[in-house]
Amino acid sequence: MNSANHKIRTSNLSRPGGDMQWCFSQVKGAIDDDVAEADIISTVEFNHTGELLATGDKGGRVVIFQQEIDNKNVPQFRSEYNVYSTFQSHEPEFDYLKSLEIEEKINKIRWLPQKNAAQFLLSTNDKTIKLWKISERDKRPEGYNLKEEDGRYRDPNTITALRVPVLIPMDLMVEASPRRVFANAHTYHINSISVNSDNETYLSADDLRVNLWNLEITDRSFNIVDIKPANMEELTEVITAAEFHPHQCNTFVYSSSKGTIRLCDMRVSALCDKHSKLFEEPENPSNRSFFSEIISSISDVKFSHNGRYMMTRDYLSVKIWDLNMESRPVETYQVHEYLRSKLCSLYENDCIFDKFECCWNGNDSVVMTGSYNNFFRMFDRGHRRDATLEASRENSKPLQVLKPRKVCTGGKRKKDEISVDSLDFNKKILHTAWHPQDNIIAVATTNNLYIFQDKVN
Amino acid sequence: MFPKGTKRKFSDAGEEAVGGGGGDQGPSAASSSSSSAAAARQSLLDMSLIKLQLCHMLVEPNLCRSVLIANTVRQIQEEMTQDGTWQIMTQALAAAQCPADRLVATEVLCRQTDPAAQAGQSPKPFSEAEQDHLRADSRTGEQVFGTFEIKHPAPPPDPALDELFSDVDPSYYDLDTVLTGMQSAPKMGPYDLLESLSSHGPTALSSSSSCRSDLNELDHIMEIIVGS
Repeated sequence: MNSANHKIRTSNLSRPGGDMQWCFSQVKGAIDDDVAEADIISTVEFNHTGELLATGDKGGRVVIFQQEIDNKNVPQFRSEYNVYSTFQSHEPEFDYLKSLEIEEKINKIRWLPQKNAAQFLLSTNDKTIKLWKISERDKRPEGYNLKEEDGRYRDPNTITALRVPVLIPMDLMVEASPRRVFANAHTYHINSISVNSDNETYLSADDLRVNLWNLEITDRSFNIVDIKPANMEELTEVITAAEFHPHQCNTFVYSSSKGTIRLCDMRVSALCDKHSKLFEEPENPSNRSFFSEIISSISDVKFSHNGRYMMTRDYLSVKIWDLNMESRPVETYQVHEYLRSKLCSLYENDCIFDKFECCWNGNDSVVMTGSYNNFFRMFDRGHRRDATLEASRENSKPLQVLKPRKVCTGGKRKKDEISVDSLDFNKKILHTAWHPQDNIIAVATTNNLYIFQDKVN
Repeated sequence: MFPKGTKRKFSDAGEEAVGGGGGDQGPSAASSSSSSAAAARQSLLDMSLIKLQLCHMLVEPNLCRSVLIANTVRQIQEEMTQDGTWQIMTQALAAAQCPADRLVATEVLCRQTDPAAQAGQSPKPFSEAEQDHLRADSRTGEQVFGTFEIKHPAPPPDPALDELFSDVDPSYYDLDTVLTGMQSAPKMGPYDLLESLSSHGPTALSSSSSCRSDLNELDHIMEIIVGS
């Protein structure tokens, strides 16, 4: 990706002496508090131009929103997105051999770079990946003389001339059709898919294996990582996420539940069981507890757009790694350190197993991740500033500026602060996405999608 | 934030002890904090074993979560082995008469309806907590995981079925693999089984053909049920 071609609007991201400012733009989804399970959003992803925004949900549906073209040049309204296409990507399945139901929940969506008029995306549930083609139809042929008015075919003997139909405009119709189904390659649950920069291959990762696919070939995939032990009783570590390098088509990384990231080079050998690099930060002995391993488990790994760094998310922090340095991250940001003393309760109510994702902005200067109470956090790497914002219906007047939130960790609670014990742990923001070329962000609460944009002067 | 029925004071103390919060403690506080740490550790072990068991009640456990909880239990076991408390438990276990596995599992489940409340309860007398664990643990005290109910009973010894499932990993029915939540999946789908049956040697042909017709019939029945 040639970043010189992208106009990146970061002039408003931060102003001298001031904080970053974000405004509410839109919220999508049901208003009522009673959340239908099928409506729970499970993934959010912008396409490569940012014009399209896809969401997947627990019910196996994909909803694609499109940026309103007319508003693109009007700064205040450029983040208006409207529904473009909705389709059922995956259905619940039953595995007869194991007597198990396979969930239709969409775990990940990844867009392919656009090559022609149609758009393509990969969507996956626990077991099966599908390639979907989304195409527009705004003309239809008319003028056949082979049929009657009611559609019945005319008697061929009565037809004396052949009339060529003409294409006439019609209302825009967006069609989604499954072009490939990549099935039966994963015994365990798929947690990641990643399209390679060669635009020909992609990887899919489950708890114990990573497979390499050709986008054209569905009946064969190559296993490139296998960490399944011969004796399953010896299993102590699983794969949690994997991603291809954005420019080097031979390089990918995968993260583990023990807090390690392995970088692999596919040129070295067919089976990449031996990593080329192992990224691991030595543990801080003063923080050691029975929960140390669980909170070190990496829930997401993302390369920076420039390919020089990668970001990992564990339970309490976001870490930025320089690919040339394996010994420790170059930057660490605390997302919600106040939870460290609450780990036992969070283990009890299972929140400690929540998998938060993270994302980069277009020029890799800011990173974002979610937290509880519908809070989300942004870290400005260059200016060493961070912000806590909230996605809620109360702050959803058009263009309303979001007020920074603060969690009170002890002592006297100031006005407008919220105490740790008042946080709602059922309101978690696991999925966030940043427009690749603009300061527009999509933040998913349980069943609503919020779109925010930076404040325009 | 805290589950109902939890006494906040204890769980805070428990969290600090279990959470391994740093900071020096004076000698007078040492003994009381170490016993509360031991109780907190015990309750964490309790909680983790319950979670593992509930995990396996699910049709398909989340492997990552199971592994993390299992590793936590192992850590606790290691620490308890180092300070001798684990040996006490296993010795008493050997002395005690273990009830049937299924009863144990049910009893452990019925002990409390809310694992959160369980963890937050005021510290039980150590012997009572110990008793529960003695019964929860299997006779072979070496095992980290107790004898919990297997959700799928072992299949009857039927030669046709054995042939049919010859490629299914037998560890599927193994107690330990179930406990650690790592059921090995059969490596092939139903249609692959058909193909593999046809490639068996002549001696197996007679039984395999009957198996194949059984499998066809099973497929047919399934299709009717599902309505495909």
